[in-house]
Amino acid sequence: MRFSIFSLLRHAIGGTPWPEQWRSPEPKAAYDVVIIGAGGHGLATAYYLAREHGIRRVAVLERGWLGGGNTGRNTTVIRSNYLRDESAAIYEHALKLWETLAQELNYNVMYSPRGVMMLAHSVHEAQVFKRHVHANRLNGVDNEWLTPSEAKAFCPPLNISPDLRYPILGAALQRRGGVARHDAVAWGYARGANALGVDIIQNCEVTGISRMPSGPVNAVETTRGRIAARKVAVVAAGHTSVVLAMAGVRMPLESYPLQALVSEPVKPVLPCVVMSNSIHAYISQSDKGELVIGAATDAYVSYSQAGGLHVAEHTLEAICELFPTFRRLRMLRNWGGIVDVTPDRSPIIGLTPVPGLYVNCGWGTGGFKATPGSGHVFAATIARGEPHPIVAPFALERFRTGALIDEAAAAAVAH
Amino acid sequence: MLLIDCPWCGARPENEFRYGGEAHIARPQDAASLDDAAWTAFLYMRNNPKGRHAERWRHIHGCGRFFNCLRDTVSDRIEATYKPGEPAPQ
Ligand SMILES: Cc1cc2nc3c(=O)[nH]c(=O)nc-3n(C[C@H](O)[C@H](O)[C@H](O)COP(=O)(O)OP(=O)(O)OC[C@H]3O[C@@H](n4cnc5c(N)ncnc54)[C@H](O)[C@@H]3O)c2cc1C
Ligand SMILES: [Zn+2]
Repeated sequence: MRFSIFSLLRHAIGGTPWPEQWRSPEPKAAYDVVIIGAGGHGLATAYYLAREHGIRRVAVLERGWLGGGNTGRNTTVIRSNYLRDESAAIYEHALKLWETLAQELNYNVMYSPRGVMMLAHSVHEAQVFKRHVHANRLNGVDNEWLTPSEAKAFCPPLNISPDLRYPILGAALQRRGGVARHDAVAWGYARGANALGVDIIQNCEVTGISRMPSGPVNAVETTRGRIAARKVAVVAAGHTSVVLAMAGVRMPLESYPLQALVSEPVKPVLPCVVMSNSIHAYISQSDKGELVIGAATDAYVSYSQAGGLHVAEHTLEAICELFPTFRRLRMLRNWGGIVDVTPDRSPIIGLTPVPGLYVNCGWGTGGFKATPGSGHVFAATIARGEPHPIVAPFALERFRTGALIDEAAAAAVAH
Repeated sequence: MLLIDCPWCGARPENEFRYGGEAHIARPQDAASLDDAAWTAFLYMRNNPKGRHAERWRHIHGCGRFFNCLRDTVSDRIEATYKPGEPAPQ
């Protein structure tokens, strides 16, 4: 079924229940492609495999429920103003897809380009941001420099007093950046993939990856039995090291808990996304009215899917300094996800040393924004068996060749 | 916040320490003779296990010394801390 004003009206007036948006099939014995992990990236990959490459014998296996990993836990900041050419290419590819994603999926992903403003608190930072602005413009990515009073005009509750512990010297603004509804992204891709024949199999944990004596993958072992596959794609975020170890592949990844928290809902007070790398804080307001605040990662590797309270506290101190009016808000809930961090803070996408085994991981603290673009180019990579030009620089190989894509500065705040 | 037992100072809160990554990764003696794969493994590849993890910590706001720690990465429970040079408890 398609969503439209008429279908909405009919269900509102008639009171008929909405049909299920995707099937819950039993796993088949074999598929052309098995995708491990039904987060946004895995589901988008399945959708584009079916839609753009005609590969429809596809299963997405998920140990929990779809979208229950980082996709459903993130703070949904979207932007594409990364420094390096390779990064600008992939994040901007994603941003362009965000702009029409709701229409493409016939599902409201609530993409809201309300602007992402990054604050500079020191001369050094101001210079770095200006360099980013210029590099971005050369790559056709919008980004502009604002003075403190221009920043205040764009975001009125911001405290630009020179008496701040870390005063604001200016800001970089990407107007096309913004937020989207994370669950809707997972659900929209799941619904679209399902309609094209993809099997989404939840409560199905992959416990082993099986290989032929000559090397290539041929099946996965799961809690719901063995499933044969010609190609296997691992899109398991924080669990990537664990899953790839099943095929004997070691990864340059470390998994850390990353937290976020929301306040009680209030009327619209914050018109854009504001982030600060140096004091580590970022904040936006959801359509429900909650202030959505992202904290840092814990210091150590962990799969606990929670985080230390002192980490969240530290972020709140910074938020209250930047926005004194938020001091009296109560926090409603906090949670954590497990993010897979690479040495250069750029993702790893493409082939692995094992034939037929593909990986898309290492998005760390900032991969939600890339979801449509990542799925799109990863699907092309799996379909053709060779890297799509946009993903080629992100190969696992780069840690051997030394051609790292250093985005440590862009990713300094966890978003 | 973890409570970490520094082998020299005793139990102290996590924010007195800095995490130092996976333990027992020895720098190769003769780096020039390594091939790229071995050098990559030393520089970048990590076990990142879901379970028992041997890791380094440094008591930066205390005695300043490095030591090793065995921790379960699912429960975050610390099993043991031990001095550098000592083998990991079994
Ligand atoms: C608190 C927080 C805030 C964030 N904020 C932002 C932000 O503002 N902007 C941004 O761009 N990014 C942000 N991120 C990062 C972003 O959430 C991730 O990079 C992105 O969602 C990763 O998507 P994914 O589909 O790869 O992973 P996930 O959504 O985590 O999906 C991976 C799936 O694999 C499944 N899986 C794992 N092991 C197995 C197995 N053995 N068998 C079957 N299934 C398995 C998991 O259950 C999971 O559902 C944030 C992350 C967190 C935690
Ligand atoms: Zn000490």
